[in-house]
Amino acid sequence: MVTAAAVALEGVGKRFGEGPAAVQAVTGIDLTVAAGEFASLIGPSGCGKSTLLRIVANLIEPSEGSVLVNGKPASRARLDQDYGIAFQSAGLLEWRTVQGNVELPLGLHGVGKAQRREQALELLDLMGLADFASHRPSQLSGGMQQRVAIARALARRPALLLMDEPFGALDEMTRERMQSELIRICAETGAAVVFVTHSIPEAVFLSQRVVVMSPRPGRITEIIDVPLGARDEDVREAETFFATITDVREALRGRSPVAEEGPA
Amino acid sequence: MRTQAVWAGRIFKGVWPPIIFGVGFLALWQWFVEVRDIKPFVLPKPSAIFDQLRLQHDTILTAARITGENALVGLALGLVVGVTAALLASRVRALDDMLTPLAAGMAAIPIVALTPIFNTMFASTSSTPRRLVVAIYVFFPIFVNTLRGLRQIDPVHAELMRSYAASPWTTTKVVRLPGALPFFFTGLKIASSGAVIAAIVSEYFGGLQKGLGPAITSAAAASAYPRAWAIVTAAIGLGLVFYIAAVLAERLAMPWQRPQGELS
Repeated sequence: MVTAAAVALEGVGKRFGEGPAAVQAVTGIDLTVAAGEFASLIGPSGCGKSTLLRIVANLIEPSEGSVLVNGKPASRARLDQDYGIAFQSAGLLEWRTVQGNVELPLGLHGVGKAQRREQALELLDLMGLADFASHRPSQLSGGMQQRVAIARALARRPALLLMDEPFGALDEMTRERMQSELIRICAETGAAVVFVTHSIPEAVFLSQRVVVMSPRPGRITEIIDVPLGARDEDVREAETFFATITDVREALRGRSPVAEEGPA
Repeated sequence: MRTQAVWAGRIFKGVWPPIIFGVGFLALWQWFVEVRDIKPFVLPKPSAIFDQLRLQHDTILTAARITGENALVGLALGLVVGVTAALLASRVRALDDMLTPLAAGMAAIPIVALTPIFNTMFASTSSTPRRLVVAIYVFFPIFVNTLRGLRQIDPVHAELMRSYAASPWTTTKVVRLPGALPFFFTGLKIASSGAVIAAIVSEYFGGLQKGLGPAITSAAAASAYPRAWAIVTAAIGLGLVFYIAAVLAERLAMPWQRPQGELS
Protein backbone atom coordinates (compact mmCIF):
# COMPACT_ATOMS: atom_id res chain seq x y z
CA MET A 1 0.00 0.00 0.00
CA VAL A 2 1.29 3.42 -0.90
CA THR A 3 1.40 5.81 2.01
CA ALA A 4 -1.11 8.60 1.52
CA ALA A 5 0.18 12.15 1.42
CA ALA A 6 -0.12 13.93 4.77
CA VAL A 7 -1.96 16.77 3.09
CA ALA A 8 -3.42 16.98 -0.42
CA LEU A 9 -5.16 20.20 -1.46
CA GLU A 10 -6.78 20.62 -4.85
CA GLY A 11 -8.33 23.83 -6.10
CA VAL A 12 -9.03 24.98 -2.56
CA GLY A 13 -10.60 28.41 -2.13
CA LYS A 14 -12.31 30.22 0.72
CA ARG A 15 -14.63 33.22 0.64
CA PHE A 16 -15.75 34.94 3.81
CA GLY A 17 -19.11 36.66 3.64
CA GLU A 18 -21.50 36.86 0.72
CA GLY A 19 -22.37 39.11 -2.20
CA PRO A 20 -20.29 42.19 -3.01
CA ALA A 21 -18.92 42.35 0.56
CA ALA A 22 -17.42 38.88 0.25
CA VAL A 23 -13.67 38.59 0.78
CA GLN A 24 -11.72 35.98 -1.12
CA ALA A 25 -9.29 34.78 1.55
CA VAL A 26 -7.55 32.12 -0.52
CA THR A 27 -8.02 30.87 -4.04
CA GLY A 28 -6.80 28.09 -6.34
CA ILE A 29 -4.62 26.35 -3.80
CA ASP A 30 -2.97 23.14 -5.01
CA LEU A 31 -0.51 21.70 -2.54
CA THR A 32 0.69 18.26 -1.53
CA VAL A 33 2.72 17.62 1.59
CA ALA A 34 4.27 14.16 1.69
CA ALA A 35 4.25 11.98 4.77
CA GLY A 36 7.06 13.06 7.06
CA GLU A 37 7.75 16.21 5.06
CA PHE A 38 8.28 19.62 6.69
CA ALA A 39 6.61 22.41 4.69
CA SER A 40 6.33 26.07 5.68
CA LEU A 41 3.71 28.54 4.54
CA ILE A 42 5.15 32.03 4.37
CA GLY A 43 3.73 35.32 3.21
CA PRO A 44 2.71 38.79 4.33
CA SER A 45 -0.28 39.40 6.57
CA GLY A 46 -3.55 38.71 4.82
CA CYS A 47 -2.13 36.14 2.40
CA GLY A 48 -4.41 33.51 3.91
CA LYS A 49 -1.72 31.22 5.32
CA SER A 50 -3.51 30.85 8.66
CA THR A 51 -6.83 30.36 6.87
CA LEU A 52 -5.24 27.62 4.78
CA LEU A 53 -3.90 25.90 7.90
CA ARG A 54 -7.36 26.04 9.48
CA ILE A 55 -8.88 24.54 6.34
CA VAL A 56 -6.45 21.62 6.61
CA ALA A 57 -7.38 21.31 10.30
CA ASN A 58 -11.08 21.38 9.37
CA LEU A 59 -11.60 24.32 11.71
CA ILE A 60 -12.88 26.19 8.63
CA GLU A 61 -14.81 24.66 5.74
CA PRO A 62 -13.40 25.60 2.31
CA SER A 63 -15.78 27.24 -0.17
CA GLU A 64 -14.43 25.05 -2.95
CA GLY A 65 -11.87 22.39 -3.70
CA SER A 66 -10.95 19.14 -2.02
CA VAL A 67 -8.93 18.67 1.16
CA LEU A 68 -7.45 15.28 2.02
CA VAL A 69 -5.51 14.66 5.21
CA ASN A 70 -3.82 11.27 5.46
CA GLY A 71 -5.89 10.29 2.43
CA LYS A 72 -9.18 11.06 4.22
CA PRO A 73 -11.54 14.01 3.96
CA ALA A 74 -10.44 16.72 6.41
CA SER A 75 -13.51 16.34 8.64
CA ARG A 76 -12.89 12.57 8.99
CA ALA A 77 -9.22 13.25 9.79
CA ARG A 78 -10.26 15.69 12.51
CA LEU A 79 -12.69 13.21 14.04
CA ASP A 80 -9.98 10.53 13.89
CA GLN A 81 -7.48 12.90 15.53
CA ASP A 82 -5.03 12.45 12.68
CA TYR A 83 -3.30 15.74 13.35
CA GLY A 84 -2.01 17.75 16.29
CA ILE A 85 -2.19 21.52 16.27
CA ALA A 86 -0.33 24.36 17.99
CA PHE A 87 -1.06 28.07 17.78
CA GLN A 88 0.90 31.28 18.32
CA SER A 89 -0.60 31.55 21.77
CA ALA A 90 0.09 28.40 23.75
CA GLY A 91 -3.55 28.31 24.88
CA LEU A 92 -2.88 26.15 27.92
CA LEU A 93 -5.64 25.60 30.43
CA GLU A 94 -4.32 27.64 33.33
CA TRP A 95 -6.25 25.59 35.91
CA ARG A 96 -4.50 22.40 34.89
CA THR A 97 -0.94 21.42 35.64
CA VAL A 98 1.56 21.09 32.81
CA GLN A 99 1.01 17.34 32.83
CA GLY A 100 -2.77 17.81 32.93
CA ASN A 101 -2.55 20.00 29.83
CA VAL A 102 -0.59 17.40 27.89
CA GLU A 103 -3.06 14.74 29.03
CA LEU A 104 -6.04 16.79 27.80
CA PRO A 105 -6.36 15.32 24.28
CA LEU A 106 -5.69 11.84 25.66
CA GLY A 107 -8.36 12.15 28.34
CA LEU A 108 -10.92 13.45 25.85
CA HIS A 109 -10.48 10.31 23.81
CA GLY A 110 -10.72 7.78 26.57
CA VAL A 111 -7.09 6.90 27.19
CA GLY A 112 -6.83 5.32 30.67
CA LYS A 113 -5.35 7.24 33.55
CA ALA A 114 -2.14 5.27 33.94
CA GLN A 115 -1.38 5.31 30.23
CA ARG A 116 -2.23 9.00 30.01
CA ARG A 117 0.25 9.76 32.73
CA GLU A 118 2.95 7.62 31.21
CA GLN A 119 2.53 9.16 27.75
CA ALA A 120 2.39 12.71 29.06
CA LEU A 121 5.54 12.27 31.11
CA GLU A 122 7.30 10.71 28.15
CA LEU A 123 6.38 13.69 25.96
CA LEU A 124 7.40 16.18 28.62
CA ASP A 125 10.71 14.37 28.83
CA LEU A 126 11.05 14.67 25.06
CA MET A 127 10.42 18.42 25.36
CA GLY A 128 12.89 18.78 28.23
CA LEU A 129 10.13 19.63 30.69
CA ALA A 130 10.26 16.51 32.88
CA ASP A 131 10.89 18.58 36.01
CA PHE A 132 7.88 20.81 35.43
CA ALA A 133 5.08 18.24 35.15
CA SER A 134 3.29 19.44 38.26
CA HIS A 135 3.82 23.17 37.68
CA ARG A 136 1.04 25.51 36.64
CA PRO A 137 1.32 27.11 33.19
CA SER A 138 1.55 30.56 34.78
CA GLN A 139 4.77 29.51 36.47
CA LEU A 140 6.47 28.86 33.12
CA SER A 141 8.16 31.21 30.66
CA GLY A 142 6.61 31.83 27.24
CA GLY A 143 9.01 29.41 25.56
CA MET A 144 8.28 26.69 28.07
CA GLN A 145 4.53 27.20 27.70
CA GLN A 146 4.90 26.84 23.95
CA ARG A 147 6.84 23.61 24.46
CA VAL A 148 3.98 22.30 26.59
CA ALA A 149 1.59 23.23 23.78
CA ILE A 150 3.74 21.29 21.31
CA ALA A 151 3.88 18.30 23.66
CA ARG A 152 0.08 18.48 23.82
CA ALA A 153 -0.11 18.58 20.01
CA LEU A 154 2.08 15.48 19.87
CA ALA A 155 0.12 13.62 22.54
CA ARG A 156 -1.93 11.52 20.12
CA ARG A 157 1.21 10.69 18.12
CA PRO A 158 -0.23 12.33 15.02
CA ALA A 159 1.22 11.74 11.56
CA LEU A 160 0.68 15.44 10.89
CA LEU A 161 1.54 18.47 12.97
CA LEU A 162 -0.10 21.80 12.12
CA MET A 163 1.59 24.88 13.56
CA ASP A 164 0.40 28.46 13.29
CA GLU A 165 3.33 30.75 14.08
CA PRO A 166 4.07 28.79 17.24
CA PHE A 167 7.29 30.70 17.92
CA GLY A 168 5.98 34.08 16.84
CA ALA A 169 5.80 35.49 20.35
CA LEU A 170 9.21 34.25 21.49
CA ASP A 171 12.49 36.12 21.64
CA GLU A 172 15.10 35.35 18.99
CA MET A 173 17.35 33.16 21.19
CA THR A 174 14.47 31.04 22.49
CA ARG A 175 13.10 30.89 19.00
CA GLU A 176 16.25 29.39 17.50
CA ARG A 177 16.49 26.84 20.28
CA MET A 178 12.87 25.85 19.77
CA GLN A 179 13.46 25.47 16.05
CA SER A 180 16.32 23.04 16.64
CA GLU A 181 14.19 21.12 19.12
CA LEU A 182 11.33 20.93 16.65
CA ILE A 183 13.68 19.47 14.01
CA ARG A 184 14.84 16.87 16.53
CA ILE A 185 11.30 15.98 17.57
CA CYS A 186 10.11 15.65 13.99
CA ALA A 187 12.99 13.31 13.30
CA GLU A 188 12.04 11.23 16.35
CA THR A 189 8.31 11.10 15.66
CA GLY A 190 8.40 11.07 11.86
CA ALA A 191 5.48 13.50 11.72
CA ALA A 192 4.84 15.69 8.70
CA VAL A 193 4.57 19.39 9.55
CA VAL A 194 2.72 22.29 7.99
CA PHE A 195 4.26 25.34 9.60
CA VAL A 196 2.90 28.87 9.20
CA THR A 197 5.42 31.63 9.78
CA HIS A 198 6.36 35.10 8.62
CA SER A 199 10.02 34.67 9.41
CA ILE A 200 12.09 33.81 6.34
CA PRO A 201 15.11 32.31 8.21
CA GLU A 202 12.75 30.23 10.31
CA ALA A 203 10.98 28.85 7.24
CA VAL A 204 14.27 28.06 5.49
CA PHE A 205 15.91 26.51 8.53
CA LEU A 206 13.00 24.21 9.31
CA SER A 207 11.57 23.20 5.97
CA GLN A 208 12.21 20.90 3.10
CA ARG A 209 9.93 23.14 1.04
CA VAL A 210 8.89 26.74 1.55
CA VAL A 211 5.48 27.64 0.15
CA VAL A 212 5.46 31.35 -0.71
CA MET A 213 2.05 33.04 -0.68
CA SER A 214 0.83 36.48 -1.67
CA PRO A 215 -2.28 38.38 -0.63
CA ARG A 216 -5.47 39.72 -2.25
CA PRO A 217 -6.55 37.09 -2.95
CA GLY A 218 -4.38 34.66 -0.99
CA ARG A 219 -2.62 32.26 -3.35
CA ILE A 220 0.56 30.27 -3.75
CA THR A 221 3.05 32.14 -5.92
CA GLU A 222 6.01 29.82 -5.65
CA ILE A 223 7.21 26.66 -3.91
CA ILE A 224 10.92 26.69 -3.13
CA ASP A 225 12.91 23.55 -2.35
CA VAL A 226 15.44 24.02 0.40
CA PRO A 227 18.67 22.30 -0.63
CA LEU A 228 19.99 21.79 2.88
CA GLY A 229 20.89 18.46 4.45
CA ALA A 230 20.71 17.57 8.12
CA ARG A 231 19.85 20.64 10.16
CA ASP A 232 22.24 21.55 12.89
CA GLU A 233 23.46 24.88 14.21
CA ASP A 234 26.13 25.03 11.46
CA VAL A 235 23.38 25.25 8.88
CA ARG A 236 22.57 28.73 10.16
CA GLU A 237 26.02 29.84 8.98
CA ALA A 238 26.00 27.94 5.69
CA GLU A 239 26.17 29.68 2.34
CA THR A 240 23.24 27.69 0.96
CA PHE A 241 21.15 28.79 3.94
CA PHE A 242 21.66 32.46 3.13
CA ALA A 243 21.25 31.87 -0.60
CA THR A 244 17.90 30.19 0.01
CA ILE A 245 16.84 33.04 2.30
CA THR A 246 17.59 35.47 -0.51
CA ASP A 247 15.65 33.28 -2.89
CA VAL A 248 12.59 33.21 -0.63
CA ARG A 249 12.83 36.95 -0.01
CA GLU A 250 12.83 37.65 -3.73
CA ALA A 251 9.91 35.32 -4.22
CA LEU A 252 8.01 37.20 -1.52
CA ARG A 253 8.73 40.56 -3.15
CA GLY A 254 7.60 39.28 -6.50
CA ARG A 255 10.55 38.51 -8.71
CA SER A 256 11.85 41.00 -11.21
CA PRO A 257 12.58 39.30 -14.56
CA VAL A 258 16.37 39.66 -14.08
CA ALA A 259 16.42 37.85 -10.74
CA GLU A 260 14.43 34.97 -12.15
CA GLU A 261 17.14 32.32 -11.84
CA GLY A 262 17.47 31.26 -8.24
CA PRO A 263 20.64 30.00 -6.60
CA ALA A 264 21.32 26.37 -7.24
CA MET B 1 13.25 33.80 54.49
CA ARG B 2 13.37 36.69 52.12
CA THR B 3 9.94 35.93 50.69
CA GLN B 4 8.58 35.68 54.21
CA ALA B 5 9.92 39.10 54.98
CA VAL B 6 8.34 40.42 51.79
CA TRP B 7 5.05 38.79 52.73
CA ALA B 8 5.12 40.21 56.22
CA GLY B 9 5.89 43.60 54.72
CA ARG B 10 2.92 43.33 52.39
CA ILE B 11 0.56 42.26 55.18
CA PHE B 12 1.83 45.12 57.27
CA LYS B 13 1.27 47.53 54.43
CA GLY B 14 -2.15 46.14 53.58
CA VAL B 15 -3.57 45.85 57.09
CA TRP B 16 -2.31 48.93 58.89
CA PRO B 17 -3.80 51.80 56.88
CA PRO B 18 -7.43 50.74 57.49
CA ILE B 19 -6.72 50.01 61.16
CA ILE B 20 -5.03 53.35 61.72
CA PHE B 21 -7.83 55.08 59.87
CA GLY B 22 -10.52 53.17 61.81
CA VAL B 23 -9.00 53.83 65.23
CA GLY B 24 -8.42 57.48 64.35
CA PHE B 25 -11.98 57.83 63.14
CA LEU B 26 -13.41 56.27 66.32
CA ALA B 27 -11.22 58.48 68.51
CA LEU B 28 -12.38 61.55 66.65
CA TRP B 29 -16.00 60.43 67.00
CA GLN B 30 -15.59 59.86 70.75
CA TRP B 31 -13.93 63.23 71.20
CA PHE B 32 -16.55 65.04 69.12
CA VAL B 33 -19.51 63.54 71.04
CA GLU B 34 -17.90 64.33 74.42
CA VAL B 35 -16.82 67.86 73.60
CA ARG B 36 -20.11 68.86 71.95
CA ASP B 37 -22.13 66.94 74.56
CA ILE B 38 -24.24 65.24 71.90
CA LYS B 39 -27.22 63.23 73.19
CA PRO B 40 -27.09 59.41 72.77
CA PHE B 41 -30.29 59.34 70.68
CA VAL B 42 -28.58 61.55 68.13
CA LEU B 43 -25.19 59.89 68.19
CA PRO B 44 -23.93 57.61 70.95
CA LYS B 45 -20.27 57.40 71.90
CA PRO B 46 -18.26 54.54 70.37
CA SER B 47 -17.30 53.50 73.91
CA ALA B 48 -21.00 53.14 74.80
CA ILE B 49 -21.60 51.06 71.69
CA PHE B 50 -18.71 48.75 72.59
CA ASP B 51 -19.99 48.45 76.15
CA GLN B 52 -23.32 47.27 74.75
CA LEU B 53 -21.60 44.84 72.40
CA ARG B 54 -19.90 43.33 75.43
CA LEU B 55 -22.90 43.35 77.74
CA GLN B 56 -25.47 42.14 75.19
CA HIS B 57 -23.01 39.74 73.66
CA ASP B 58 -25.28 36.64 73.98
CA THR B 59 -28.48 38.27 72.73
CA ILE B 60 -26.74 39.87 69.77
CA LEU B 61 -25.02 36.64 68.84
CA THR B 62 -28.30 34.71 68.92
CA ALA B 63 -29.97 37.34 66.71
CA ALA B 64 -27.02 37.31 64.31
CA ARG B 65 -27.15 33.52 64.13
CA ILE B 66 -30.82 33.60 63.10
CA THR B 67 -30.30 36.27 60.48
CA GLY B 68 -27.11 34.56 59.31
CA GLU B 69 -28.91 31.27 58.85
CA ASN B 70 -31.63 32.89 56.75
CA ALA B 71 -29.00 34.63 54.64
CA LEU B 72 -27.03 31.41 54.22
CA VAL B 73 -29.99 29.25 53.20
CA GLY B 74 -31.27 31.95 50.82
CA LEU B 75 -27.79 32.41 49.37
CA ALA B 76 -27.41 28.68 48.78
CA LEU B 77 -30.81 28.49 47.10
CA GLY B 78 -30.19 31.51 44.88
CA LEU B 79 -26.75 30.12 44.05
CA VAL B 80 -28.03 26.75 42.90
CA VAL B 81 -30.86 28.26 40.85
CA GLY B 82 -28.65 31.03 39.42
CA VAL B 83 -25.84 28.72 38.33
CA THR B 84 -28.28 26.15 36.89
CA ALA B 85 -30.11 28.86 34.95
CA ALA B 86 -26.81 30.25 33.65
CA LEU B 87 -25.69 26.79 32.54
CA LEU B 88 -28.95 26.20 30.71
CA ALA B 89 -28.98 29.66 29.14
CA SER B 90 -25.40 29.24 27.92
CA ARG B 91 -26.25 25.97 26.22
CA VAL B 92 -29.78 26.50 24.88
CA ARG B 93 -30.45 29.61 22.82
CA ALA B 94 -34.22 29.59 23.36
CA LEU B 95 -33.75 29.40 27.14
CA ASP B 96 -31.31 32.28 26.99
CA ASP B 97 -33.91 34.46 25.25
CA MET B 98 -36.40 33.47 27.93
CA LEU B 99 -34.25 33.60 31.05
CA THR B 100 -32.24 36.77 30.55
CA PRO B 101 -35.22 39.18 30.45
CA LEU B 102 -36.74 37.21 33.31
CA ALA B 103 -33.57 37.63 35.34
CA ALA B 104 -33.55 41.36 34.64
CA GLY B 105 -37.14 41.45 35.81
CA MET B 106 -36.21 39.64 38.98
CA ALA B 107 -33.46 42.15 39.65
CA ALA B 108 -36.07 44.89 39.46
CA ILE B 109 -38.36 43.25 42.02
CA PRO B 110 -38.60 45.52 45.06
CA ILE B 111 -37.82 42.87 47.66
CA VAL B 112 -39.14 45.18 50.34
CA ALA B 113 -42.60 44.99 48.77
CA LEU B 114 -42.33 41.26 48.32
CA THR B 115 -41.78 40.41 51.96
CA PRO B 116 -45.33 41.12 53.26
CA ILE B 117 -46.72 39.07 50.36
CA PHE B 118 -44.50 36.12 51.20
CA ASN B 119 -45.44 36.53 54.85
CA THR B 120 -49.09 35.97 53.99
CA MET B 121 -48.26 33.15 51.60
CA PHE B 122 -46.40 31.22 54.27
CA ALA B 123 -47.13 30.95 57.95
CA SER B 124 -45.91 34.09 59.68
CA THR B 125 -43.94 31.91 62.09
CA SER B 126 -41.87 30.55 59.24
CA SER B 127 -38.43 31.75 58.13
CA THR B 128 -39.18 30.71 54.55
CA PRO B 129 -40.35 34.16 53.35
CA ARG B 130 -37.06 35.73 54.42
CA ARG B 131 -35.00 33.00 52.83
CA LEU B 132 -36.93 33.38 49.58
CA VAL B 133 -36.32 37.12 49.57
CA VAL B 134 -32.58 36.49 49.97
CA ALA B 135 -32.65 33.86 47.20
CA ILE B 136 -34.37 36.27 44.80
CA TYR B 137 -31.91 39.00 45.63
CA VAL B 138 -28.92 36.69 45.17
CA PHE B 139 -30.11 35.12 41.92
CA PHE B 140 -29.38 38.06 39.63
CA PRO B 141 -25.70 38.80 40.33
CA ILE B 142 -24.94 35.07 40.29
CA PHE B 143 -26.86 34.41 37.07
CA VAL B 144 -25.53 37.38 35.12
CA ASN B 145 -21.90 36.93 36.11
CA THR B 146 -21.82 33.16 35.68
CA LEU B 147 -23.51 33.40 32.28
CA ARG B 148 -21.01 35.98 31.15
CA GLY B 149 -18.16 33.73 32.26
CA LEU B 150 -19.64 30.73 30.47
CA ARG B 151 -20.08 32.72 27.27
CA GLN B 152 -16.58 34.04 26.95
CA ILE B 153 -14.08 31.48 25.79
CA ASP B 154 -10.51 32.00 24.67
CA PRO B 155 -10.63 31.62 20.84
CA VAL B 156 -7.55 29.37 21.02
CA HIS B 157 -9.37 27.08 23.45
CA ALA B 158 -12.40 27.03 21.18
CA GLU B 159 -10.31 26.02 18.16
CA LEU B 160 -8.40 23.49 20.23
CA MET B 161 -11.58 21.82 21.45
CA ARG B 162 -12.93 21.75 17.90
CA SER B 163 -9.70 20.17 16.69
CA TYR B 164 -10.26 17.50 19.38
CA ALA B 165 -13.76 16.97 17.97
CA ALA B 166 -15.05 17.57 21.51
CA SER B 167 -18.81 17.75 22.03
CA PRO B 168 -20.33 21.06 23.22
CA TRP B 169 -20.98 19.53 26.62
CA THR B 170 -17.36 18.33 26.92
CA THR B 171 -16.20 21.82 25.97
CA THR B 172 -18.44 23.27 28.69
CA LYS B 173 -17.09 20.87 31.27
CA VAL B 174 -13.42 21.10 30.36
CA VAL B 175 -13.04 24.74 29.31
CA ARG B 176 -16.09 26.88 29.95
CA LEU B 177 -16.89 25.93 33.53
CA PRO B 178 -13.37 26.39 34.92
CA GLY B 179 -13.02 29.54 32.81
CA ALA B 180 -16.27 30.90 34.28
CA LEU B 181 -15.08 30.53 37.89
CA PRO B 182 -13.57 34.03 38.21
CA PHE B 183 -16.85 35.53 36.96
CA PHE B 184 -18.93 33.30 39.22
CA PHE B 185 -16.92 34.41 42.24
CA THR B 186 -17.32 38.06 41.30
CA GLY B 187 -21.06 37.41 41.43
CA LEU B 188 -20.75 35.49 44.68
CA LYS B 189 -18.80 38.30 46.36
CA ILE B 190 -21.51 40.79 45.43
CA ALA B 191 -24.24 38.36 46.48
CA SER B 192 -22.66 37.32 49.79
CA SER B 193 -22.82 40.60 51.68
CA GLY B 194 -26.00 41.50 49.81
CA ALA B 195 -27.61 38.32 51.15
CA VAL B 196 -27.12 39.56 54.72
CA ILE B 197 -28.61 42.96 53.89
CA ALA B 198 -31.59 41.32 52.19
CA ALA B 199 -32.09 39.01 55.18
CA ILE B 200 -32.13 41.96 57.61
CA VAL B 201 -34.40 44.11 55.45
CA SER B 202 -36.88 41.26 55.10
CA GLU B 203 -37.12 41.06 58.90
CA TYR B 204 -38.72 44.49 59.07
CA PHE B 205 -41.99 43.49 57.48
CA GLY B 206 -43.80 41.36 59.99
CA GLY B 207 -43.39 37.71 60.66
CA LEU B 208 -41.11 36.32 63.32
CA GLN B 209 -39.75 38.80 65.84
CA LYS B 210 -36.30 37.24 65.75
CA GLY B 211 -33.04 38.22 64.14
CA LEU B 212 -30.99 41.40 63.91
CA GLY B 213 -33.70 43.55 62.30
CA PRO B 214 -36.31 43.19 65.07
CA ALA B 215 -33.53 43.51 67.66
CA ILE B 216 -32.56 46.91 66.23
CA THR B 217 -36.21 48.02 66.17
CA SER B 218 -36.92 46.98 69.72
CA ALA B 219 -33.70 48.55 71.03
CA ALA B 220 -34.57 51.83 69.33
CA ALA B 221 -38.15 51.61 70.60
CA ALA B 222 -36.80 51.17 74.13
CA SER B 223 -34.57 54.24 73.62
CA ALA B 224 -31.55 51.96 74.04
CA TYR B 225 -29.64 53.73 71.27
CA PRO B 226 -26.16 52.45 72.04
CA ARG B 227 -27.64 48.92 71.95
CA ALA B 228 -29.26 49.61 68.57
CA TRP B 229 -25.91 50.81 67.28
CA ALA B 230 -24.20 47.75 68.73
CA ILE B 231 -26.58 45.50 66.80
CA VAL B 232 -25.94 47.48 63.60
CA THR B 233 -22.24 46.90 64.20
CA ALA B 234 -22.95 43.18 64.54
CA ALA B 235 -24.89 43.29 61.25
CA ILE B 236 -21.88 44.84 59.52
CA GLY B 237 -19.74 42.12 61.05
CA LEU B 238 -22.07 39.43 59.75
CA GLY B 239 -21.94 40.89 56.23
CA LEU B 240 -18.15 40.92 56.41
CA VAL B 241 -18.08 37.29 57.55
CA PHE B 242 -20.10 36.34 54.47
CA TYR B 243 -17.89 38.38 52.19
CA ILE B 244 -14.67 37.00 53.63
CA ALA B 245 -16.05 33.46 53.33
CA ALA B 246 -16.72 34.14 49.64
CA VAL B 247 -13.17 35.46 49.15
CA LEU B 248 -11.71 32.41 50.90
CA ALA B 249 -13.86 30.07 48.80
CA GLU B 250 -12.54 31.82 45.71
CA ARG B 251 -8.96 31.28 46.81
CA LEU B 252 -9.61 27.63 47.55
CA ALA B 253 -11.45 26.97 44.30
CA MET B 254 -8.88 28.66 42.09
CA PRO B 255 -5.42 27.98 43.47
CA TRP B 256 -3.96 28.70 40.03
CA GLN B 257 -5.22 32.27 40.25
CA ARG B 258 -3.35 33.05 43.42
CA PRO B 259 -0.88 35.67 42.31
CA GLN B 260 2.65 34.58 43.11
CA GLY B 261 3.76 36.20 46.31
CA GLU B 262 1.12 38.83 46.10
CA LEU B 263 -1.49 39.60 48.69
CA SER B 264 -4.95 40.63 47.55
